[in-house]
Amino acid sequence: MGTLWRWLLVLGGIWAFQFLASDQIDPYFYSIIIYSGINIVLAVSLNLVNGFTGQFSMGHAGFMSVGGYTSAFLTIWFAQQFPGVLESPWSGAPVFVGALLAGGLAASVAGFLVGLPSLRLKGDYLAIVTLGFGEIIRVLILNLDFIGGARGLPGIPALSHFGWVYSVVVVCVFFVARIMQSSHGREFLAVREDEIAAEATGVNTTRAKVRAFVLGAFFSGVAGGLFAHTLRYLNPQTFDFNKSFEIIIMVVLGGMGSITGSIVAAVLLTISREALRPLQELTHIDFRMIIYSLLLIVLMLTKPNGLFGRREINELFAAWSTRRKLKREGLS
Amino acid sequence: MRTYTSRFTSSLIILALMGTLFSTSGCKKARPPSESSESATLSGGAGTPGSQDVIRIGEVGSMTGSEATFGISTHMGISLAIKQINAAGGVKGKKLEVLTLDDQGKPEEAATAVTKLITQNQVAAILGEVASSRSIAMAPIAQGHKVPMITPSSTNPRVTEQGDYIFRVCFIDPFQGTVMAKFAAESLKVKKVAILKDVKNDYSVGLAKYFTETFIKLGGEILVEQSFSSGDIDFKSQLTSIRAKKPEAIFIPGYYTEVGLIARQARELGLTVPLMGGDGWDSPKLKEIGGVALNNSYYSNHYSAEDKSPEVQGFITEFQKAFHVIPDGMAAMGYDAAKVLADSMNRAKSLNAQDVRDAIAATKNYQGVTGKITLDEKRNAIKSAVVLKVENGEARYQQTINP
Repeated sequence: MGTLWRWLLVLGGIWAFQFLASDQIDPYFYSIIIYSGINIVLAVSLNLVNGFTGQFSMGHAGFMSVGGYTSAFLTIWFAQQFPGVLESPWSGAPVFVGALLAGGLAASVAGFLVGLPSLRLKGDYLAIVTLGFGEIIRVLILNLDFIGGARGLPGIPALSHFGWVYSVVVVCVFFVARIMQSSHGREFLAVREDEIAAEATGVNTTRAKVRAFVLGAFFSGVAGGLFAHTLRYLNPQTFDFNKSFEIIIMVVLGGMGSITGSIVAAVLLTISREALRPLQELTHIDFRMIIYSLLLIVLMLTKPNGLFGRREINELFAAWSTRRKLKREGLS
Repeated sequence: MRTYTSRFTSSLIILALMGTLFSTSGCKKARPPSESSESATLSGGAGTPGSQDVIRIGEVGSMTGSEATFGISTHMGISLAIKQINAAGGVKGKKLEVLTLDDQGKPEEAATAVTKLITQNQVAAILGEVASSRSIAMAPIAQGHKVPMITPSSTNPRVTEQGDYIFRVCFIDPFQGTVMAKFAAESLKVKKVAILKDVKNDYSVGLAKYFTETFIKLGGEILVEQSFSSGDIDFKSQLTSIRAKKPEAIFIPGYYTEVGLIARQARELGLTVPLMGGDGWDSPKLKEIGGVALNNSYYSNHYSAEDKSPEVQGFITEFQKAFHVIPDGMAAMGYDAAKVLADSMNRAKSLNAQDVRDAIAATKNYQGVTGKITLDEKRNAIKSAVVLKVENGEARYQQTINP
């Protein structure tokens, strides 16, 4: 019971912050904090597929767009049908949560549809199939006129805020952390380590892979919904394969198979893009993306397994305190 | 297992607390007292007098990415305008200073950039973006903070529908589509036209839609509508099916890269009919890519470098002196946007946002490089368009079409 209480405490802290202090923050920092949160959800959910289950998916932006468009379409429709309901936080919140869940479900259905046939493939082949799938979704959206097509979908209600984004972050991290400790999580790890051995010991590898895929797609769909209601405008151009790569970079940089790593990398990359802006203002030359890319190259060269490898922050902490204890005992 | 998760949660709590600390310290930094010192150092570094004598204007543009030439051209136009305004004494005795942020051609980056300009740099007004998709993402933020925003060349109608602080100094897509339809029906006297549009591009889809509407109204016929996607290299299959219908002209509302390639391949396939397009054709790169294949083609634009009026010729001379290239339409639009803003600020009762907004809204018959600019009640510019004819890579002035 104790652990659940702590998670609820974190949630309570987030909502207390939302109600007491969120309007005190400068909007620019606020938007960076929000985008960090959304990127954390995207990176952690992709890590479930790429890091823990070892299936290299490159279609994460595709799932994100499915979720984003679904939830945005629902809230826009709702705002037209029942004007005024979304303005009040008490009636707006259930609608928003419903829309986010619907977006997540739509994305996980898409994940299921793609996962079932394509997860027979491994490695590079799977990567190519998921990459192709991401592009198919984008081109489909481009050709759907009722959600704006190439013109994009403007006028999405501004429902997302710090409380929602970080609640999803907590739920997502909690979910992934717990599932990795369950027998399902062990199946994922078994598939990553050796598929044949896993199958020989009775793991239904296809089922495990599809599960990871569907779960990952669900959270990326929810993240898409948060993104849509933050930016308030969706354009298919946003969800091209560069977006998928951005998320993959976060996962790889943080360490494939480390939740802490994904969180740290997502925050680090989101902040560094903005932190490099003053440099551009000073020099009047756009070095920003060059330095950003250099940063990635240097990090990957010095830390090929990512910042955290496969470890979590508490394991590092535990190792550190053991070392200290040993040292102290050795000294005394 | 329990200890694992409990340690995990406690470390998360620590992280969350650290995050809260970070964000509150961040918010303190953004409070006005320290802000003024920051602005003083910034303007001091630029060699201008104290912050009281400077009006800051924010510009968001695609300085990198696939539409970088648009962003850079617009930036050159804006810089020239600001230089001239400052040389002439500035606005209400204050110098103008432009802060330019890159958005890499991404809507979400444009939204973050505009938030930074408004909240961190306290700009008095926003200039940008070129592309409508980015302007639509920026507009709600400028509107929410009540900072006037003028887009130089976003032609999609939805941009200014975002709120009463959002303006544009260019005409809108319906008008541009209408202009080319009128030109095709009345000047080229063609009846059967094929359309080749970029489905991935809101601008292209919009132009094609309004072209079709007007052209059919004027008694014309759209034989076939084919599509491509930006980034495509081979257009032969679309062009072959267009050739089979024997059109008298082809309307290609796309951007210069694809248009150049399409023109080459169309001529290779023996399609010699006139090609038509919109202001997305307007780039020095069009000549490099398309070459002589673009002979006998027409496109609508905001201005023509061949216009003999003193405003245009004066602008071109000054521009060439500064940047050693002939300004394209985007540069002229950027120049006009900055000039309209400065003119409005001069006319405004005071420099607060509300007064500046009202002054911009009252802009009437402002003689810019791209024509006389009047803003209507929907904050769109009513102005004439020019049709240019491409001959051996040079864009020759053909005619002016009034609204």
